[in-house]
Amino acid sequence: MKLTTFMTATATAIMMAAAAQATDVKIGVLNDRSGIYADLSGEGSVVAARMAIEDFGAAAKGINVTVVSADHQNKPDVASTIARQWFDQDDVDAIFDVPTSSAALAVNQIAREKNKVFVNSGAAASDLTGAQCSPNTVHWTYDTWALANGTGSAMVATGADSWFFLTADYAFGHALERDTAAVVEASGGTVVGAVRHPFPGQDFSSFLLQAQASGAKVIGLANAGGDTVNAIKQASEFGITQAGQALAGLLIFLTDVRALGLETAQGLVLTESFYWDLNDDTRAWSARFAERMGGQHPTMVQAGVYAGVLHYLKAIEADGQAADGGAIVARMKEIPTSDPLFGEGEVRVDGRKLHDMYLFRVKSPSESSGGWDYYETVAIIPAADAWRPLDQGGCELVQ
Amino acid sequence: MFELLGIPPQALFGQLLLGLINGSFYAILSLGLAVIFGLLNIINFAHGALYMMGAFVAWMLLNYLGLNYWWALVLAPVIVGGIGIVIERTMLFRLYKLDHLYGLLLTFGLALIFQGLLRNGYGISGLPYSIPPQLSGGQNLGFMFLPNYRAWVVVASLVVCFGTWYMIEKTRLGAYLRAATENPTLVGAFGLNVPLMITLTYGFGVALAAFAGVLAAPIYSLNPNMGADLIIVVFAVVVIGGMGSIMGSIVTGFGLGLVEGLTKVFYPEAASVVIFVIMAIVLLLKPAGLFGRAV
Amino acid sequence: MADATQVTTVRQSALGLMPASHRIGFVVLFGLLLAAPFLGFYPVFVMKIMCFALFACAFNLLLGYGGLLSFGHAAFFGGAAYVSAHAAKAWGFTPELAVLLGTATGAALGLVIGFFAIRRSGIYMTMITLAFAQMVFFFSLQAPFTGGEDGIQAVPRRFLFGVFDISSDFRFYFFVLAIFAIGMLLIHRIIHSPFGQVMKAIRENEPRSVSLGYQVPRYKLALFTMSAALAGTAGATKALVFQLASLTDVHWSMSGEVVLMALLGGVGTIFGPVVGAAVIVAMQNYFASFGAWVTVLQGVIFVLGVLLFREGIIGVIGKWLKKPL
Repeated sequence: MKLTTFMTATATAIMMAAAAQATDVKIGVLNDRSGIYADLSGEGSVVAARMAIEDFGAAAKGINVTVVSADHQNKPDVASTIARQWFDQDDVDAIFDVPTSSAALAVNQIAREKNKVFVNSGAAASDLTGAQCSPNTVHWTYDTWALANGTGSAMVATGADSWFFLTADYAFGHALERDTAAVVEASGGTVVGAVRHPFPGQDFSSFLLQAQASGAKVIGLANAGGDTVNAIKQASEFGITQAGQALAGLLIFLTDVRALGLETAQGLVLTESFYWDLNDDTRAWSARFAERMGGQHPTMVQAGVYAGVLHYLKAIEADGQAADGGAIVARMKEIPTSDPLFGEGEVRVDGRKLHDMYLFRVKSPSESSGGWDYYETVAIIPAADAWRPLDQGGCELVQ
Repeated sequence: MFELLGIPPQALFGQLLLGLINGSFYAILSLGLAVIFGLLNIINFAHGALYMMGAFVAWMLLNYLGLNYWWALVLAPVIVGGIGIVIERTMLFRLYKLDHLYGLLLTFGLALIFQGLLRNGYGISGLPYSIPPQLSGGQNLGFMFLPNYRAWVVVASLVVCFGTWYMIEKTRLGAYLRAATENPTLVGAFGLNVPLMITLTYGFGVALAAFAGVLAAPIYSLNPNMGADLIIVVFAVVVIGGMGSIMGSIVTGFGLGLVEGLTKVFYPEAASVVIFVIMAIVLLLKPAGLFGRAV
Repeated sequence: MADATQVTTVRQSALGLMPASHRIGFVVLFGLLLAAPFLGFYPVFVMKIMCFALFACAFNLLLGYGGLLSFGHAAFFGGAAYVSAHAAKAWGFTPELAVLLGTATGAALGLVIGFFAIRRSGIYMTMITLAFAQMVFFFSLQAPFTGGEDGIQAVPRRFLFGVFDISSDFRFYFFVLAIFAIGMLLIHRIIHSPFGQVMKAIRENEPRSVSLGYQVPRYKLALFTMSAALAGTAGATKALVFQLASLTDVHWSMSGEVVLMALLGGVGTIFGPVVGAAVIVAMQNYFASFGAWVTVLQGVIFVLGVLLFREGIIGVIGKWLKKPL
């Protein structure tokens, strides 16, 4: 190539790159702002997203990011309406968070249809990286398989090898019970029995009575939200944990523990992927978060939004555009992830974000120093073991 | 020991006892509703929200004023009852002459307002409220472990229910109330202050709901939605028992608790729907309810 | 004179000719709806309004013109939504067939539930409808084909009549508009027919109607079934618009919402529920970011509506214009 052509080409390339650098990006944080998941996601997720944009230095890099948010009220139809409107009318490029599996699956569908980006942080459905996997979706934070695996196998390893399930009688509860039972049995434990309670339930006394009578070492709570909180409260009342049976919350968040209070929740075993007090990095970030949120400490869902937005922006910077969702997600899978909250990790080909999971036990009031000091770490499940193997999900993106 | 359909009797008794305890809540709540409907002809859809407010007031008394559970048992019903009186004086009284529908809709709207405001203020995850130390622990009855607090709930609700029934059916005040709702003009002509009685009756019905709320606070999740799904079950209880019948709602409330307890043993998934099946059957066979007078 | 005008209007209506106010109302309504997508309104949003407007009008048929309050209409709406979604997804039904099937589902459920409900009156009837709706909810929660919490997702919009591709939102809009128009005109026809007159008589004075020899239970059941069938049409269409059928559609709060829409717009008016539905849907959409304040706002509307605007928006307008709306 002649020198002048080369120079021109280079100059043009530089100019194009510079022009492409001034990218406009619109992010939508869609979650529950008024219902049962408002505390674990809600406004906190929006704050987390904004922190990520600032920490990334988006403005300095010529990327203009706007954030919009909405309340899907945990309803798939509301979520789908908002997602459609955002993508069609409001030029939103990516949606983050979306707790409640049914809403997440709906948004997953729409993001794929419109070739946008969906980074889920709040929902549990492992189908998002399984049967319903999509080239436009990244599933951050956690899923039912990881929770089942974490709590199930880790507890069996500590000797709690006979299980009784208290399951919410709907698809999610069944799935959680099924996944955990499989893990328990694979780890050498036994499932002594199970009882299904109507969803949503108020009074679990009769089911807890059956669980007590079964003599199982662990009572697995295959439910979520208010059901779990109620069940735990009532278990404490019936002296279940005091009598020696352990309670395993299969889907429980920091905010639920706070709602229960340490007196009631002490001894509860659970799996999460983030806790504010894990290390210096998480502590520093959580302190900044708490400052903006009036003292509220971040849940793993909110942490996931932060990390997800950060990684998304890195992908945009690398790709130079934000409009082609599929390409951005492909870029997100290419670039290894690194953030102060989840450490080093990667996004797998099926959209699954890989990071370590932690088995926590809720402290007793005497062990806790007050405030948000709720957990002690029992075990760390390394990323390589924490997630469903690639070939077991039924995802079409996996060759 | 013999087994009833595969369930050992100990387990059965345990479940029935628990069912009885749940029945206490149904009984108090449906009692309040029956009082309000029977005496005022208002379908109080805000009852669930008022029950929830009773629990919240108990929490607020503890956290803002340091007043414990025992204070709350007395104060919360008074405070929420007061709110009920304000509602009645400002809004409900305009609707007495209209179709039942409007009372239902107004109170439904009020329920939404109360729920929404408390949700905005306190979140939805629930607030912690512990069992008072005097009632913690329990008795090992052999076939089950009965928490002291639950035993207290049964006792308290039985006392309150029968006290209310006695007051309305057997005392002079109750007679005045019943007369006033049947024929307010005539009773007013006798010099009794009918509007005042009506207002106080509504306040009393609301206070009953709040009392149930305080009873529920230590054992059920204390959140703004705690009354929402409960309210339709309670309505079903009142309809089965007979819309105007005080005794009917008490008996049906406890009875439903027992039936639910049984259902949970044999077919737990149906526990939340069995009440509606029963309600449909009762309404078709005995439309005024089991204890109701034909309207 | 007022009496003469009333008599004339009744005769005209009974003959099937529309009173002028209604004619104008329909022209304005359909005109606006035809123009909407071209005026920049988001088609999915307006389609949602139309579905709920039809649902509210179907409900209002029973309440406003029959005097029967059903607190379980979500059973027809949601039940039809599930059936239509399943038919479109698993059985390959084209949209018009799916909607027809949904309508039939609504009618069938309405026939069964109505048969039991109308045997009682007043609050008891309302409670029976609620009880049955709860059973439908329970069934929807348990039955495998409904997908439980997830609902039926990714419902396809197949070719209309097997020939026309209406899968884009813009094209599908006109399909929905056609259904809405047919539904509305059908409701209008039912109300302003000899059947409608008898229903009005039953609502005003049931014992008198009985003494005049009308088979009142049959009329009530017929109205109930029609109302349920049209609610089913609305639900089936909605499932195709959002390509999703979920538990929200059969939950009792959906029954409560349709009551709110009818009340807000004006019970007993033709256009009232349409306006009510439009306001409620718009409110939910535009205040979605305000979270729980939407609930509070809905509650306030209920309260103010009952205390001050019992006739509803259209009712008030109609009173002011002195024309039936």
